[in-house]
Amino acid sequence: MTSRAAIRAEAESLFAAFKATGAQPVEAETLLPAEILLDLYGEDIRARAYITNDPLRGEMVLRPDFTVPVVQAHMKDGAEPARYCYMGEVFRKQDHLGPRASEYLQVGYELFDRAAPEAADAELFALFHGLLAPLGLRPATGDIGILMAAVHGLSTTPRRKAALLRHIWRPARFRKLLDRFSGRTPMPAARADLLARLGADSAAALIVAAGPQIGMRSEAEIAARANALIEDAETPALKAPEAALLYDLLTLQAPARAALSHLRGITPMLPAIEPAVDRFAKRLDALERHGINPSDLPFEASHGRTSLEYYDGFVFSFHGPGDLPPVASGGRYDALTAMLGQGRSIPAVGGVIRPAMVAALREDVQ
Amino acid sequence: MSLKIGVPSKGRLMEKTFEWFGARGVNMARSGSDREYAGAVEGIEGVELVLLSAGEIPRELAAGRIHLGVTGSDLVRDKLADWSAQVAELAPLGFGHADLIIAVPVAWIDVDTVDDLDAAAAAFRKAHGFRLRIATKYHRLVREFLTAQGVADYQLVDSQGATEGTVKNLTAEAIADITSSGETLRANHLKILSDGLIHASQATLFAARGAEWDSATHATMELLARQLGVRAAL
Repeated sequence: MTSRAAIRAEAESLFAAFKATGAQPVEAETLLPAEILLDLYGEDIRARAYITNDPLRGEMVLRPDFTVPVVQAHMKDGAEPARYCYMGEVFRKQDHLGPRASEYLQVGYELFDRAAPEAADAELFALFHGLLAPLGLRPATGDIGILMAAVHGLSTTPRRKAALLRHIWRPARFRKLLDRFSGRTPMPAARADLLARLGADSAAALIVAAGPQIGMRSEAEIAARANALIEDAETPALKAPEAALLYDLLTLQAPARAALSHLRGITPMLPAIEPAVDRFAKRLDALERHGINPSDLPFEASHGRTSLEYYDGFVFSFHGPGDLPPVASGGRYDALTAMLGQGRSIPAVGGVIRPAMVAALREDVQ
Repeated sequence: MSLKIGVPSKGRLMEKTFEWFGARGVNMARSGSDREYAGAVEGIEGVELVLLSAGEIPRELAAGRIHLGVTGSDLVRDKLADWSAQVAELAPLGFGHADLIIAVPVAWIDVDTVDDLDAAAAAFRKAHGFRLRIATKYHRLVREFLTAQGVADYQLVDSQGATEGTVKNLTAEAIADITSSGETLRANHLKILSDGLIHASQATLFAARGAEWDSATHATMELLARQLGVRAAL
């Protein structure tokens, strides 16, 4: 078992390395207002957050993550471009017996840069890669932006695209939707029955006949979705080649350079992904300039889809042996800055390292 | 050391439990006055009866303060993290059946499946600015179910009783609760999602893996298990 002192020393040394790049060290409160965090993260993190009640400030949460408070601070009065680093405890309840800690140190880095996002991705990844090099970790990378661009480019209704985009981070449900939209699964009987009834009667009449209207979801909202279901039933299935390309993309797994040539190969059939693929290419060139060889850097188009919901571009992680959480992870979260920026936004990429895991691995190496 | 068995302290669940054990030659009875929570076991030596609220039995099992316990399989799954690592399921007892389900207002003609609920939640959040609220007291079971199904844009709100009334009272849009006949749901203008069965619960005999199992309690357990016709393995 690694001592707390050894973990703290590891954190200090990582933090010093981050500061040495010129990043500005920032502090964040340990006790944060719960509402905005829980709204962003959803029920999964809510289940793992330590939530408490303050008589004056309402629902508060023990810091589950630094990114949100750092972004909030930057959006309030940050200069551009900006590099921030931080060190401190985060708290997550563990719902399974085992060695995973519920309180642990994180050392993190966030980079806000409008001018050259791909260069920023590469700079951040190279920084982490260099610091972790002695540990012999397995890197993993991905790019959620390519998947999102592919969905945007499908020839189907905005509603179906929105449904797919909403579930990018939930692969099982994404695939279910894709199966349905491409005609691979039949319509449920109850849906067919409802559509038949909607053909004979108005939604409003059916709602009244079903029973009393209770609760906050109004009759208009119910009718709007009923009408959306009619529209959806009239929507033709995704064309087979388009659906096939998307299925192919979901399982794309190759060294980054090889993945790029594969993507270049399918771009003529799915032109909407071209800008995202160009960004991927620029990122690989930038990584190469940092001395990282894209020909043996693992890439998975679906990597990072089950981690935090706010990643929407480049994602990466570094893994040690066994079935443990990644030693380090991070990604691009441009959309989050828009959500927290009240009208303003800035391209941003960041990542965290878990010093406890680094310290334990160093002990193993020695 | 005697083997402690925790049993629901009142109502039908207690009576049915006594009946189940009695039919297998292990007679349980409350001792003293009607109001005193003490009991006795006849027909086997070395077993001590502990009368507890059914809701507290999972916690007592996890803490190892009782060796065996009878309670709903829903309560054990909901209240204990990694329940199967903490307790062993020895036998379903065939009574106390109740289904943990998700229900929505009958007026929601557009919602029949979990898939529909997910889509309705997305639209609801957009229209109202907050996540669709599901009232329940079974937080772990409901959350695990919805996560496995990939549902988004919802939040669980706590409801310890009269959960069927929360939609009408505007504190939730949907509920997840146990039902046996569905009558209370219908009376409150709610319908069950066709694929919304989260857990089919019944009264179950559990053994605590973390209780103190010395040679005496082990021996008693062997005898008891043989008499009850259940497996003794932890």
